[in-house]
Amino acid sequence: MLSDKAKSEIQQLKARYPHPNSALLPALALAQKEHGWLSPEVLEEVAEVMGLSPAQVGSVASFYTMFNRRPVGKYLVQVCTNVACSLLGAEHIVEHLKRKLGINVGETTPDGLFTLLEVECLGSCGTAPVMQVNDTYYENLTAEKIDQILAELRRR
Amino acid sequence: MAEPVLLRNVGVPDSHKIEVYMQRGGYQALRKALKEFQPAALVDLVKRSGLRGRGGAGFPAGVKWSFLPKGVYPRYLVCNADEGEPGTFKDRVLIEHDPHGLIEGIIISCYACEVNTAFIYIRGEYEFGARRLEQAVQEAYARGFLGKNILGSGFNLDLIVHRGAGAYICGEETGMLTSLEGDRGHPKLKPPFPASEGLYRKPTVINNVETLFNVPFIVERGAEWYTSMGTEKSPGLKLFCISGHVNKPGVYELPLATPLRTLIYDYAGGPLEGKPIKAIIPGGSSTPMITPEHLDVPLDYESLAAIGTMLGSGAVVVIGEGTCIVRTVERLAEFYRHESCGKCIPCREGTDWLYKILHRIEHGGGREEDLPLMLDICNNIGGKSFCPLGDAALGPVRSSIAHFREEYLQHIREKRCPFQD
Repeated sequence: MLSDKAKSEIQQLKARYPHPNSALLPALALAQKEHGWLSPEVLEEVAEVMGLSPAQVGSVASFYTMFNRRPVGKYLVQVCTNVACSLLGAEHIVEHLKRKLGINVGETTPDGLFTLLEVECLGSCGTAPVMQVNDTYYENLTAEKIDQILAELRRR
Repeated sequence: MAEPVLLRNVGVPDSHKIEVYMQRGGYQALRKALKEFQPAALVDLVKRSGLRGRGGAGFPAGVKWSFLPKGVYPRYLVCNADEGEPGTFKDRVLIEHDPHGLIEGIIISCYACEVNTAFIYIRGEYEFGARRLEQAVQEAYARGFLGKNILGSGFNLDLIVHRGAGAYICGEETGMLTSLEGDRGHPKLKPPFPASEGLYRKPTVINNVETLFNVPFIVERGAEWYTSMGTEKSPGLKLFCISGHVNKPGVYELPLATPLRTLIYDYAGGPLEGKPIKAIIPGGSSTPMITPEHLDVPLDYESLAAIGTMLGSGAVVVIGEGTCIVRTVERLAEFYRHESCGKCIPCREGTDWLYKILHRIEHGGGREEDLPLMLDICNNIGGKSFCPLGDAALGPVRSSIAHFREEYLQHIREKRCPFQD
């Protein structure tokens, strides 16, 4: 469950803000970093450290798309399919990834390595099409580039 | 183009580090502001410069600052770095390449507004930028530009980098405040406006990254320098993000009132593959699209309003011939449906219906009555939603029906998308 280190970091975050509740989003991000996703048990623990009700914490966690409420693969592959990316072929990028990974959008590969998602604008329209894998942006994508990226991630 | 101002550090090696920033004249405006200006004089300076909010609404920044009620403390400043309007990526460039430029702008603005605690609310996806900002904030504390008694002035400022977690609505100022308070990012009723009752119900200034980024230059060079560019009502410099079907997409810095044609042809290298332009979204996904007959429109708040659209965030998306407008608008409608926070019914239900109707038209199930139905739904969202997101969703729908009605009808008549083989 939540490590003592995470719990003490959340306490520090609470003290950092003029009002402790402001630490909720960073606390959830921290918990997710540690566990990969926010299970009901983790949400309850965050609620306890934050001094908030589990219902309150659950309602906040469910509002924001970056909080995973189901397990995701080691690499969360998020392809922007909004206007600028889609004008430059984001649909082909998604199709290529589906083929290469053998999964549909919203699914995780059986080895637990990759989860594929379509997401809204990532703010990288000048270098479209773009995808984000965990915290890293990959820009000006082509099918060949994707093959290289996937091979590199598999080697890690 | 003259020497870049806002983008002057972009492309300089290690431009995000404080040594490089200072070698290039950074934090001199802060020294000047603290030494030569009383807070009220700074507010007046920014007012006289005519600097308008660069996030999309275009409200004069200095006037906004002057709405803070006298004698009520603490006050807060929140920098809106929740850049999420599709097509917009200018703030990301500033944050990643010139984080100290933003921090200096924030410090000066906080001094002007007598704020001692400030936040940068940055969208969670911009993790790289958030880390750069955090490093830069630490460097600024170490040099005494943040913290207690800044440069011996007696002015104190604490600056917190706060990450969002994926919600377009948090770019709306009251949604941002609710989110920063640790809640779902639901907008709040206005009035009270944030200036009088904002974060933690205290007076709060909210400005976009680019707006705050302009402030040190105005302090250094003066209000007259700023008003010497652009037009009387739209003075100064603007960052334009251009994307879509152009050869050289990117962020370009131009004086306001530069013609759209200049941006597309002289800076962005013209249309991709020389294809004729079919439509242009001039200021981010929510701004009504225009057709190439308006290529000579000056890019300023008033000129774009005069042709029924908006400057918005300065995000120009060029759509070339051969692109299906219905498909493009369907995708935008899907975005607004996804991002509607669900608080008010017109927006929550309306954006869902707009998407469903556009989806069926694009996929061969359109009906003759769908166009008037969509316009009716638009009328029931517009002006009747709790916050501006509802109205934002209408720009692409209404403008595309106005300019490309025949393309919609063709989809409906032929029961297929004519652009799909």
